[in-house]
Amino acid sequence: MSSDVRFTDFKSDAQPTWCPGCGDFGTMNGMMKALAETGNSPDETFIVAGIGCSGKIGTYMRSYALHGVHGRALPVGAGVKLANPDIEVMVAGGDGDGYSIGAGHFVHAVRRNVDMTYVVMDNRIYGLTKGQASPTSREDFETSTTPEGPQQPPVNPLALAFAASGTFIAQSFSTDAQRHAEIVKQAVEHDGFGFVNVFSPCVTFNDVDTYDYFRDSIVDLADTDHDPTNYEDARSRILDPGTEYQGVLYRDDDSVPYEQSHGVDANMADIPDGAPEDAMDLVREFY
Amino acid sequence: MPADFNWAVGGEAGDGIDSTGKIFAQALSRAGRHVFTSKDFASRIRGGYTAYKVRTSVDQVQSVVDRLDVLIALTQRTIDENLDELHDGSVIIYDGDRTTMQDVEIPEGMIGLDVPLKSLAEDAGGAIMRNVVALGAACAVSDFPIENLDSALEKRFGDKGSAIVENNKTAARKGRDYVLEEYDQEFGYDLECTDENYVLLNGDEAIGMGAIAGGCRFYAGYPITPATDVMEYLTGRIERYGGHVVQAEDELAAINLALGAARAGARSMTATSGPGIDLMAETFGLVATSETPLVICNVMRSGPSTGMPTKQEQGDLNAMLYGGHGEVPRFVLAPTTIAECFHKTVEAFNLAEKYQIPVYLTADLSLAVTEQTYPPEEFDMDAVEIDRGKVVDGETVGEWQDEQGRFKPHALTEDGVSPRAFPGTEGGVHMSTGLEHDELGRRTEDTDMRVRQVDKRTRKVETAEAREPFAAREFGDPEAATLVVSWGSNEGAMREAIDFLDDRGIDVRFLSVPYVFPRPDLTDAVEAADEVILVECNATGQFADLIEHDTLTRVTRVNKYDGVRFKADELADRITEVLADDDEKEEATP
Ligand SMILES: Cc1ncc(C[n+]2csc(CCOP(=O)(O)OP(=O)(O)O)c2C)c(N)n1
Ligand code: SF4
Repeated sequence: MSSDVRFTDFKSDAQPTWCPGCGDFGTMNGMMKALAETGNSPDETFIVAGIGCSGKIGTYMRSYALHGVHGRALPVGAGVKLANPDIEVMVAGGDGDGYSIGAGHFVHAVRRNVDMTYVVMDNRIYGLTKGQASPTSREDFETSTTPEGPQQPPVNPLALAFAASGTFIAQSFSTDAQRHAEIVKQAVEHDGFGFVNVFSPCVTFNDVDTYDYFRDSIVDLADTDHDPTNYEDARSRILDPGTEYQGVLYRDDDSVPYEQSHGVDANMADIPDGAPEDAMDLVREFY
Repeated sequence: MPADFNWAVGGEAGDGIDSTGKIFAQALSRAGRHVFTSKDFASRIRGGYTAYKVRTSVDQVQSVVDRLDVLIALTQRTIDENLDELHDGSVIIYDGDRTTMQDVEIPEGMIGLDVPLKSLAEDAGGAIMRNVVALGAACAVSDFPIENLDSALEKRFGDKGSAIVENNKTAARKGRDYVLEEYDQEFGYDLECTDENYVLLNGDEAIGMGAIAGGCRFYAGYPITPATDVMEYLTGRIERYGGHVVQAEDELAAINLALGAARAGARSMTATSGPGIDLMAETFGLVATSETPLVICNVMRSGPSTGMPTKQEQGDLNAMLYGGHGEVPRFVLAPTTIAECFHKTVEAFNLAEKYQIPVYLTADLSLAVTEQTYPPEEFDMDAVEIDRGKVVDGETVGEWQDEQGRFKPHALTEDGVSPRAFPGTEGGVHMSTGLEHDELGRRTEDTDMRVRQVDKRTRKVETAEAREPFAAREFGDPEAATLVVSWGSNEGAMREAIDFLDDRGIDVRFLSVPYVFPRPDLTDAVEAADEVILVECNATGQFADLIEHDTLTRVTRVNKYDGVRFKADELADRITEVLADDDEKEEATP
């Protein structure tokens, strides 16, 4: 890891095609800042992104990266990390990507607890497909495919992660640059699966969950007596859907990442030119 | 044709059929005899008929035949199910004390040996050993030295302590002695032992072993019959070489985990069966367009949908060749024997990395779950070579950067193969995507670049066809007028069928094809033959379609899709029929 990395080193020369004002700009800047500040270099970082406006992030950042298929970025990230634990892995996606098509992977990635960071750009809508309801859309939020609103309660991603024995659960607001970067940084530093749900407003299709709405309603946990290492504290806040919290809701400082509990520490790219020296032992087992 | 002995144990699932059969097979193998096993099992854990069959000879055996010499029958159904294969003089060992076997019907001409398996086992230390008593009885019938059984029992129960091993040895002797004392007769079998050392393994195990030998270090999978054995083999072994197995939440996760590991530079694999291949189809396209080397093993079972999960079929060829939306090149390798499962797995990893392409490695259920003996040299680890293809490091990466120092993971090369940089390589930073991209991996909708990237990916196939020896395996008489072609596990049955046909005065040339795509050009062989017969375990003849397409010649299809593999004698009969039909037609035409 090199110490002279600046956050702009993580910026690619591709021009983002996000709508001017999209929350994803801020989300991305915070991610780059967090990576640089934790001493990572683009050469040793791998970004995996899903599909959606959010998923384009892998294109705009500069590092080793894969822009995968819709909803499946998390297993790719785990594969990278387990094959080479020296690589810093960050996975990014949208609320549709992570909590709808990828919901199964989300729950299992949380409980697998591989040491990586997952950032979800939650705009409470499907942006790239032009404005349909997402799993975090409000019950009465009218969209092209739900003219009366989805008429189902939204998913609470924090609660999903908590129920799946998450070891780091946080939420931030993309435009609150300093705070957001700081929260993502803590997720990167966490030993295990660091999950950050980011309010990242869609200025084109969501006129309800806007910058103004979040600015007015966010409660920063830094301004409360919240203790993220206290399970009960975490539980009551996470299960309180009425409040838009910002900050680290839960953190397990005793978290043992998957790599450690499963003894995965080798860079699997290093293999011999032929079969391993003692490979005939494998044959002899069949005597 | 080998002088063979055919033996089976059958009963209800849960009766310990599998381990009983395996112990006997192992004992034979340790006595220097060749063995070929087959399993007949239903898709449930308890209840349902199940059998384990062992064919053995001093010569190598490649197939099963329609004959049983000795049958250990734990239920009446075992006898009924195998009636076709039993013959005059077949010996049936059963326990007349067992409630369900009290009114047992031994068909005429066969010899029923009523051995009190349970009570003899109890005398030896526990009813649970009654199958071992039966094995002892089978030793007496076949004149097979019981000491050979001992070493198999040691292998099987060794880690449960010496007392258990001793009890089992005693149980076996009780069975043997009972037969010798109560039935003082010659059964006419002589299982000659040799000094040869053989190993006994199935196709899934050979694939797992080939994976480790071939440098695979990461495996992600989701359990499915009959592919799970690959995962079970790797678990607990791959770690010794710095690798890891992940049981994923589903097949979508499995292939994506494997993809991630491959991009990190690991030789990586997933294995599944038909339904799992369908689930992986979307990511398969990503693997191919992002030019990620990945081995996807499909152990075929009977489909469609959940079909007959424990039965044989070769029905997924089209799914592997054409599955997924859009058009992407992929290789399809299909080992034809258990030993080939090992060799082709090693090759699959080399091909995947040399051409940065997904490789389907497919075995059919028969190949995967049946076991066969080989001399250990068949798996010569010194001969394993690993070719990682165009991997760049910090020094060579510069050759593949543009003027601005950006790495070109999809450089348009003449052979279609681009350089690869593992994460951590300084100067190799790049992105991959399932979107169409330029040489740098950046999304593009430029019409010219689209065409050039599609052509580049396709070019890999042409390069491989020119460089790799994608040949068929040839058997029989090269000059024969009848050409038989098959793929997958049919090779064994067909090789023995050649001998049966020879006895009938029929010569055939036989080509067994382990490469489905790219595949060898069989045009000359097809044109040289009067009759071309395509043997495969599916209803429509998916491989026959390919050969007709390649050679523009109609072929005769011999298909089997009842869920059971071809047997050597059955296959010989089917081929004889085809040729008899030909003769009839010829006579009918003036
Ligand atoms: C298998 C599959 N189904 C559907 C799509 C179409 N699709 C693309 S993006 C998207 C929704 C993305 O929503 P979200 O994750 O919230 O991201 P956003 O665009 O809002 O950032 C959908 C449904 C797809 N690409 N793949
Ligand atoms: S559609 Fe919405 S989410 Fe997508 S780029 Fe525009 S503002 Fe951002």
